[in-house]
Amino acid sequence: MSREAETAPQGSPAPASLPTRARAAAHTVLLRWLVLVLAVGIWELAARAHGSVYFPPPDRIARHVHELWFDGPARHLFLSSAAVDDILPSLGRMTAGFALAAVAGIVLGVAVGRSRRAYALTNPVLQFARAVPPPALVPVFVVVFAFGTPMQIASIAFSAVWPVLINTAAGVRNTDPLRLDVAAVLRLNTAERLWFLVLPSALPRIFAGLRLSLSLALILMVFSELLPGTANGIGFTLTEAQTRSDLLTVWAALVLLGALGYLLNTGLLAIEKRLIGRGRAP
Amino acid sequence: MRWLRLRQELWLGLLGVLLAFGVCEAVSRAGLVRRSYLPPASEVLGRAVELTGDPVFLDGIGVTLRAWALGLGLACAIAVPLGLLLGSVPLVDTATRAIVELLRPLPSVALIPLVSLLLGSGTETEVALISYASVWPILFNTVYGLGETDPLAKDTLRAFGFGRLAVLLRAELPATAPFIAAGIRISAAVALILAVATEILSGFGEGLGIFIAQAGLATDGTRDVLAGVVWAGTLGLVINGVLVWGERRLFPWTPEHREAAGGGARL
Repeated sequence: MSREAETAPQGSPAPASLPTRARAAAHTVLLRWLVLVLAVGIWELAARAHGSVYFPPPDRIARHVHELWFDGPARHLFLSSAAVDDILPSLGRMTAGFALAAVAGIVLGVAVGRSRRAYALTNPVLQFARAVPPPALVPVFVVVFAFGTPMQIASIAFSAVWPVLINTAAGVRNTDPLRLDVAAVLRLNTAERLWFLVLPSALPRIFAGLRLSLSLALILMVFSELLPGTANGIGFTLTEAQTRSDLLTVWAALVLLGALGYLLNTGLLAIEKRLIGRGRAP
Repeated sequence: MRWLRLRQELWLGLLGVLLAFGVCEAVSRAGLVRRSYLPPASEVLGRAVELTGDPVFLDGIGVTLRAWALGLGLACAIAVPLGLLLGSVPLVDTATRAIVELLRPLPSVALIPLVSLLLGSGTETEVALISYASVWPILFNTVYGLGETDPLAKDTLRAFGFGRLAVLLRAELPATAPFIAAGIRISAAVALILAVATEILSGFGEGLGIFIAQAGLATDGTRDVLAGVVWAGTLGLVINGVLVWGERRLFPWTPEHREAAGGGARL
């Protein structure tokens, strides 16, 4: 990023005046939305003309999303009772699993990354754990916890923990030795050194790990709900609609999941920007 | 000195593997957890080795790997040209950005029910899902890599009268290649996840995921599930190792950790 910031001004001629730049930005936004609206419009027309059951027109999908989940009373934030039954359990499990993975990953990662020996000792095992495709382990959790929320949280947490752990360890390990010397000269104690020096310098790597973990957590949230034997959640809605060949609900659930994924990713990026600052994001 | 340190780290790593193995073995043998939950590590490994003599299991691995390779290949064939187009024509990039940003955050596993309804539960479904999920890391890394090309190299070629396409082929593509390779490495792991996930959910046919799913349903099947997991992890490690080795051979000049590039590392 920093390289980009350095080279960009050389390429552009003179800095454009503010109104021109604002107009260019407005053009960009307009173009983006125009193309999106156009794409949706073409889909709408094509779907209507073709009348295929498999690809319902977007306006029907949108209406179905609204009917299914968002026509509740205002004091429930417009959430219908189906939304409370589907979305909240999914989100709750995802949040619990991801939070567990993040905390465990950062704590263990700092512990492993602080010592060269501990890093060397654990690295092969960690690399193997990360290489296992997470869905493969879900049947084990099904045996241990039976179907239900604990199994799902365990699957999410166990899958999402490795990227945070490995990235945190790598980030902590690469703390600038010069700064560590300075910390020693200043006689910072271990806690101070961790808080003021090691964690901030590892933060970009930690967030790189967290981003990967968040996508894994979302995938595992859906995957653990798609398995036969679950009782609620967005994934359950999906499988149920699939067995009934209710394509409209399948599409509606996809739209909902896409929106959730977008919101969660955007939220994490916003936190990252807050904590790291614009200039130092990796 | 450095060599000594490397050797020490190697021994420590081996010790770590043995320790992990020993702890799993001891926890199970001492009855701290039920045997059906966590069988002794030696039994799991023994079973994993035994499976190499089982033609049905080997066929399953072959089926999974074939779907993996087809899906990943298809993803490369789509994502690299598309990335080059998006990265070199800013207008197209701006225009499609909103669509891309809306498609990307969808957890790919969620598409399994829809694609199964469309294509049935066969290899086509698996390959389609694998390629959908694997397109994104390659696409984003390609676009990001194009942006990182040395402007001086491009300007030099232009000054010598090379056209747009020649600049793309002679300067931008070689400079982007390491980024594309890193994208493919990330996608290789994603593709394996999707292959196993699709197979576990479809539940019948052949494949590593199906072996795991069926073992999970059997009583006391955890040993077989874990043996399957050992193979899945080994496949992941070997694939990653081969790709990293290939990257180092082909592009020795590039610094490591390309995966942090441009947020392309999202699944």
